[in-house]
Amino acid sequence: MNSSTAPPVTGSDQLAAPIPPDYPLRIGEIQLDSRLIIGTGKYDTLELMRDSLEVSGSQAITVAVRREKMYDRSGQNILDYIDPEKYLLLPNTAGCYTAEDAVRVAKLGREILRALNNPGADWVKLEVLGDSKTLLPDPIATVEACHGLVEAGFQVLCYTSDDPIVAKRLKAAGAASVMPAGSPIGSGQGILNPNNLRIILEYLKEDDPTYPVIVDAGVGTASDVAVAMELGADGVLLNSAIAHARDPRRMAMAMKYATLAGRDAYLSGRIPRRLYATASSPEEGVITTRPW
Amino acid sequence: MTDQAITLTFNGRPTEVPRGTTITQLLEIGEIRASVVAVERNKEIVPREQHATTEVEAGDTIEAVTLVGGG
Repeated sequence: MNSSTAPPVTGSDQLAAPIPPDYPLRIGEIQLDSRLIIGTGKYDTLELMRDSLEVSGSQAITVAVRREKMYDRSGQNILDYIDPEKYLLLPNTAGCYTAEDAVRVAKLGREILRALNNPGADWVKLEVLGDSKTLLPDPIATVEACHGLVEAGFQVLCYTSDDPIVAKRLKAAGAASVMPAGSPIGSGQGILNPNNLRIILEYLKEDDPTYPVIVDAGVGTASDVAVAMELGADGVLLNSAIAHARDPRRMAMAMKYATLAGRDAYLSGRIPRRLYATASSPEEGVITTRPW
Repeated sequence: MTDQAITLTFNGRPTEVPRGTTITQLLEIGEIRASVVAVERNKEIVPREQHATTEVEAGDTIEAVTLVGGG
């Protein structure tokens, strides 16, 4: 039996009682059954991208806004490979270094998506970078752009660093979701500061337990996704870890299951860490002697 | 129709077009598929429904953008 493709068991009539289903991820007005959001960049081919998206089970995918190629009628458009009926398209402001440019790019993304009647039209993944080497966000410009976009009617999903104070500022500015980075974009370093993420989750959910916090950027492999979900993140957004894996389609499958595994582990409540062992089998009725 | 030409910047390139050219015509000149683009004129969006009636002017900066893969 090939167990690697079997879906995880969430309920069965063999159980004494069904396991209650998880509630869906809710961001603003939109509900997503999958807690995994996937980027569409850096795939070797658009066919490989399409297959990977399919396998990941993701319902929301990010796209970038760029100049259209001129004099290139044969050119392929990413929209030839993505069914806008099937996916919510989340346009990003990647490549923006000022709040002004981020607002411009967000509005252009909205204009394109409105023509497609995609529910993501009013969504934007806000990203204002401060430096091209680290691709770390500029927190001051990000907060400024977030205010501007909220005012312009956008549902703003804010990429930010793992700084809890900036995260609070973004939520106060009206962000639909705050999306702290696990580590720098495309670095594959995973979750570098789980304690900061814990603080962000605690602060942002204090009076608002369903407020969505999504870990965005830095994922290298499936266990990084599981760690983020186990910490209590509402979702994970990733791109390179799938697109640049040796076998992107298989990695997309791994990410899907890591998201589910991490989420179920979080909902289950992990046992505390202890220095010493605790026996799993009873001490009582042991027939052996201890030689010490 | 006049044969007077004007120069503008279209997706970063200096471009010469006849006076009175509309956004729709400009996209055709650039061989751009209008169905998947958004157009910005001097940093302001030109809504799709106004492409056919908006004439470009000398010195305009026009950007025609689409969606590409991104994270």
